[in-house]
Amino acid sequence: MGCVYALVAAGLSLIFGLMELVNFAHGEFLMLAMYVAFFAWSLGGLDPVIGAPVAAAVLGAVGWLTYHGLIRRVLAAPMLAQIFATFGLGVFLRNGAQFAFGVDFLTVQDPWLAGRLSLGGLFLGLPQVGASLVALAAFLALYLFLSRSETGLALTATAQDRQAASLMGIDTQRMFALGWVIGGACVGVAGALLATFFYIYPDVGGPFALLAYVTVALGGFGNVPGTLAAGVVVGLVEALAGLLIPPAFKYSVVFALYLAVVLWRPQGLFGRF
Amino acid sequence: MRPLIILCTLVTVLVSIASPAAAQPREVVIGVIYPLSGPAALTGLENKVVNEIARDVANGDVDIPLPFYQRLKGMPGLKGAKVRLIFADHQGKPEVGQAEAERLVTQEKVHALYGSWHSSVTATVSQVAERYGIPHVNGQSSSPGLTKRGFKWFFRTSPHDEHFTQAMFDFFRDFQKKRGISLKSVAITNEDTLFGSDSAKVQRELAKKYGYEIALDMQYRARATSLQAEVQRLKAANADIWLPTSYHTDAILFVRHSKELDYNPKMIMAQNAGHMAPDFVSAVGKDAEGTMSRAPFNTDLVDRRPAAKAIATLYQQRHGKDFYDNPARSVTGMFTLLDAINRAGSTDPEAIRKALVATNIPGDQLVMTWDGIKFDETGQNVHVKGIIIQLQGLKWHTVYPFELATKDVLYPIPAWKDRK
Repeated sequence: MGCVYALVAAGLSLIFGLMELVNFAHGEFLMLAMYVAFFAWSLGGLDPVIGAPVAAAVLGAVGWLTYHGLIRRVLAAPMLAQIFATFGLGVFLRNGAQFAFGVDFLTVQDPWLAGRLSLGGLFLGLPQVGASLVALAAFLALYLFLSRSETGLALTATAQDRQAASLMGIDTQRMFALGWVIGGACVGVAGALLATFFYIYPDVGGPFALLAYVTVALGGFGNVPGTLAAGVVVGLVEALAGLLIPPAFKYSVVFALYLAVVLWRPQGLFGRF
Repeated sequence: MRPLIILCTLVTVLVSIASPAAAQPREVVIGVIYPLSGPAALTGLENKVVNEIARDVANGDVDIPLPFYQRLKGMPGLKGAKVRLIFADHQGKPEVGQAEAERLVTQEKVHALYGSWHSSVTATVSQVAERYGIPHVNGQSSSPGLTKRGFKWFFRTSPHDEHFTQAMFDFFRDFQKKRGISLKSVAITNEDTLFGSDSAKVQRELAKKYGYEIALDMQYRARATSLQAEVQRLKAANADIWLPTSYHTDAILFVRHSKELDYNPKMIMAQNAGHMAPDFVSAVGKDAEGTMSRAPFNTDLVDRRPAAKAIATLYQQRHGKDFYDNPARSVTGMFTLLDAINRAGSTDPEAIRKALVATNIPGDQLVMTWDGIKFDETGQNVHVKGIIIQLQGLKWHTVYPFELATKDVLYPIPAWKDRK
C-alpha cells in the first residue's frame, strides 16, 4: 500500500515543488481516476491494469484543464485564495461525481490481479503486490524522465528556480502545465491500481488524500524520490501499527511520526528548502 | 415622520396580534435528517424514497387497504392538513446532524424530527429535540444507550443492539443444540463510532454471560484505507464465531482481505448496517456466502405481512431495488410518527408527544414481523423481535427463529480453497 500512497503523493509533490501550491483536490483526482478505470472496465471491458494508461491520460488531461482553467488565474493571488481554489475544486468534483454517478459503491469484478501470493507462511494479496510493482515502475519512469530527458530537466530547473529557468529560455507556463499533467497522470495510474481491489464511490479520495499530504510532507515537498521512500514508510507504519496496537489507533501512529519529523526536520526527510 | 413610524409599528403589532392563531394547521412539517452524501448515502437515499411513500399515504395519494393505514389516510385528525417532509443531509457527521436539527427546528419550524440512521448522529439530533421540546422518532439506530438517557422526547420503534445481540446468542445456543456441535470462542470486531462501540459492549457482556471465550476484541476505523492488519489479527485469533459490527466500506474491505489473506471463519454473525447494504452483495457477491446477520426484517418475510407487500411493490417501482430491512424499519418509524400526529389532532409538540406515548399498534398491521409498537417509559418499543438471516446464493434468507426460517443454516462456511 505504501507504494500506492507514494504514487498518489508524487503528483502532489511535483506540483508543490513547481509552484508552491498544494492541490487540495488531489483526493478527488484519485476518485476520478478510479471511476475512469471502472468505466473502462464496465463499458470497454478493459481490466484496470490495461485501464491504467487510459486513466493516466484522462487524469493528465484533467490536470492540464485544471491548470489552465483555474490555477493559472490564482498563481499571483494570495496563498489563501489558492488554497480555497483547489479546495473548492475538490468539493465541486466530489459532489459532481455524486450527482453524475450516484452513491452506489462500485467494484470491479474478477480483475486480473486477484487472489493471493503465499511466501512461506506469509500471505500477500496479489492486487496489492501488483499495484506496488506498477507503482514502482511508474516511479522509475518518472525519475528517469525528470533526470534524463530534456523536458524533465527543464521541469526540475523550473522547480528549483523559476526566474533563472525562464532566463534560460524555458517557458514557465508550459512547465507548470506539464507538472499538472504529470501529477494527474501519476494519480491516474494509482487510481486504476486501487480500483482492482478497492470500492469506488464519490468520497473515496478522502483518506488517501490525507495520507498523501502526510507522505509529501514526510518526504519533503518537491522531492520525488523522497516521496517514494516516505510512502513506503507510511505504508509500513500503518501495517505494523495495525498489528501491534489496537487498529483503531494505527493512523495516530502515522500522524505522530509525521509530527515528529516535521518538528525535528521541517523540510521532511529528504527535503530541500 | 416620527408619528408615521409609530403609527406603522402600532398597526403591524396590532395586525400580528389580531391574526387568528393557527387553530387548524394547514400543513404538518417533519424534518427528516439522513446521510444523503458520504459513505452511507446509499442508505439515506433509500430512506428518503420510503419516507416519501409514507408521506403519500398520509396525504391520501397512495392507498394501503389495511385499517391502520386507512385511518391515517388524508390525516383526518388534522382536518386534512398536508404532510410535508423536509430532508436534511448530515453526511454521517454528528455535528452536522446537530446543526441541521437546529436549523430545522428554529428556522423551518418543524413539528417533529425523524432520523438519522447513524447512532452517533441520532444522539446529537435527539439532544437538540430534547432541548427544544420537539418529538424525535427514530426507526433505525441501534445503539442501546440512545434510550437510556432519560429523554422525554425521543422514541425508537426498532430493536436495539441488546435485543439483536440477545437474538444472536439465543441462536448460537439453539443452533448448537440442533446440530449437536460446540462453539466456544468469539472474535469481536467493531468500527469505532457509537454504533460499533455499543454493539461490541453488549456482545462482550453476553459472551461472558454465556461462557464464550473472547479470542479477539478489536476496534478499528471504518474509513481505513486498508484493513489487512486487522484481518491478520482475526486469522491469528481463529475464533469459532466472528462477530463484526461494520459499516459499508469496512464490510466490503473485510471480505476482500479475508479472501486475499486466506482467513476462513466458520461462522460470521454481523450486526447488520454495512453487511446489509444492497451494495455489499453486489460488491463482494459470492465471496460473502454464508455471512449471517441479525435483522428486524427480511425480504423473504414480505408474504407474511400484507402491509409489507404493498409497500415493497411501491418501493420497487420508485427505487428499482428490492425492499429490505433498512427501508422497512425506516417506513415503520415514519408511519408511527404520522399516526401519532394524526391521533394528536394537532401539531402542538406536547400533544404529539402524548400521542406517541399512547401508541399501541398491533403487529399484523405492521410491515415488520414484530408483535406491535408500544413504547415504554424510556421511549423504546417493547414489542420488537429480531431474526437471523444468512446470505445464501446471493440472497438473504431467514434462518432463525427456526419456525420462521425459509432455509437451513449453512455451516461451516466453506474455506476459500474449497469454493469454486
